Amino acid sequence: MTQTVDEIFERICVLIIPFNKKNIPISQDTLFSVDLELDSLNVMDLLSEIEDEFDITIPLNMLPDLETVGQFTKVVEQLLSEQ
Amino acid sequence: MTLDLFEKFNPILNDYNSLPQGEANPFTVSMEKVLSPTTAIINGRETILAGTNNYMGMTFNQECMDAAQEALTNLGTGTTGSRVLNGTYNTHKHLEDTLRKFYGTQHAIVFSTGYQANLGIIATLAGPKDYVVIDADSHASIYDGCAMGNATVARFKHNDADNLDKKLTRIRKNDPNAGILVVLEGVYSMLGDQAPLKELIQISKAHKAYVLVDEAHSIGVFGATGRGVAQEQGVEDQVDFIVGTFSKSVGTIGGYCVSNNPKFEVLRLVCRPYIFTASLPPSVVASATKALELIANNNLRSKLLSNSMRLNKGLRQAGFEMGTTGESPIAAIIVAEQNTAIAFWGEMIKEAVYVNLALPPATPKKLNLMRCSLSAAHSIEQIDFMLEKFILVGTKLGILQDIPQHVSA
Repeated sequence: MTQTVDEIFERICVLIIPFNKKNIPISQDTLFSVDLELDSLNVMDLLSEIEDEFDITIPLNMLPDLETVGQFTKVVEQLLSEQ
Repeated sequence: MTLDLFEKFNPILNDYNSLPQGEANPFTVSMEKVLSPTTAIINGRETILAGTNNYMGMTFNQECMDAAQEALTNLGTGTTGSRVLNGTYNTHKHLEDTLRKFYGTQHAIVFSTGYQANLGIIATLAGPKDYVVIDADSHASIYDGCAMGNATVARFKHNDADNLDKKLTRIRKNDPNAGILVVLEGVYSMLGDQAPLKELIQISKAHKAYVLVDEAHSIGVFGATGRGVAQEQGVEDQVDFIVGTFSKSVGTIGGYCVSNNPKFEVLRLVCRPYIFTASLPPSVVASATKALELIANNNLRSKLLSNSMRLNKGLRQAGFEMGTTGESPIAAIIVAEQNTAIAFWGEMIKEAVYVNLALPPATPKKLNLMRCSLSAAHSIEQIDFMLEKFILVGTKLGILQDIPQHVSA
């Protein structure tokens, strides 16, 4: 069940669609606060969606370190590999 | 990087500076004189208070005021010390006895505020190796308790039992022996909605988690003897910790936690927000004790809820979009545009009605709310006055298209 980083990124991009109000192109470097204009509550909601999509627990405590889509991808990859 | 510690607040400062000037600015409200639980002088006008969480109107109860005055005369203005040093008077112990009796529990601990009660209990119970699972719409004091305790924090969708089950299942799968604390609120304050405690507790217990219920907005308001939503829903025996406040129905300030856990009293030795602050002043302790006795023995709940139903119904019939139904003490009008909500508030204060302007991120679903919290002390005439002013301003701002034909409450 190992997934490549690209596969994880693709699935996260799908989850971001409802949060992407201005329809900007998403890359690993996309910043939630600046580029997507999400506040911390939005990011928490997105985190919750990602948890359910990948069936993992991403501790809320990690939130301050999750500023980009790429950082989220990395965390998901790491948590999946630990399973 | 910047040397300016305040630079990060620039966006908030910009928002603040764009607010209306003068009395229409919600941050300028100051009570010049408080006349009763439901009226005050604001901007020189006698104003109806429709957003104070003073659910029972206890702030001017004669018996509570007498008790407070007597304590002030006999015991002084403050304790000047922590509960674990010089700050425990017999009256603090008596207040804890009164709480034990009120809830029928073995243990009760009083804190100096409700915020500190959540902060202290959550942060102390759930340490670095434990888990806290909270509702997404939890109060700031719950979020802050989580941050302070260094436990792993997970968050489930508001009042969603299936989502809670998913989160707990995952935690248990990774960590079969971890300590887990699930934190719920009896009533969520912004829209007054109750948690489905039966379902949420059943799931929590199936995963061997402890359950804490915050009854800040439900003490006095729900349950046969006013203990809150856990009593109303008949699940008190399955709740491990109930947290609450004296600053709403009880009419003063302070917080508490009650429990039947046999080791509960150890918290007095390890809970930092309990230890490292001064205890409540004697007058506050005395009025809280008296108010709890009154709440247990007087049923003001039906009056409170019929007041709320009258306002909720009237506002809905007038054509406002409501976030509430009238089954709680809250009446919240949803306003689509934030600037309209701010203007709405400014017009209402000029019409001598004080309500709460509630904006994101303090609100669920990013709603802009004109939020009223009703009191059993409101008269029918006061409710109808609020209604009249809401309709007047709503029409003026174009939220209500026409003045409706049947404005009956």
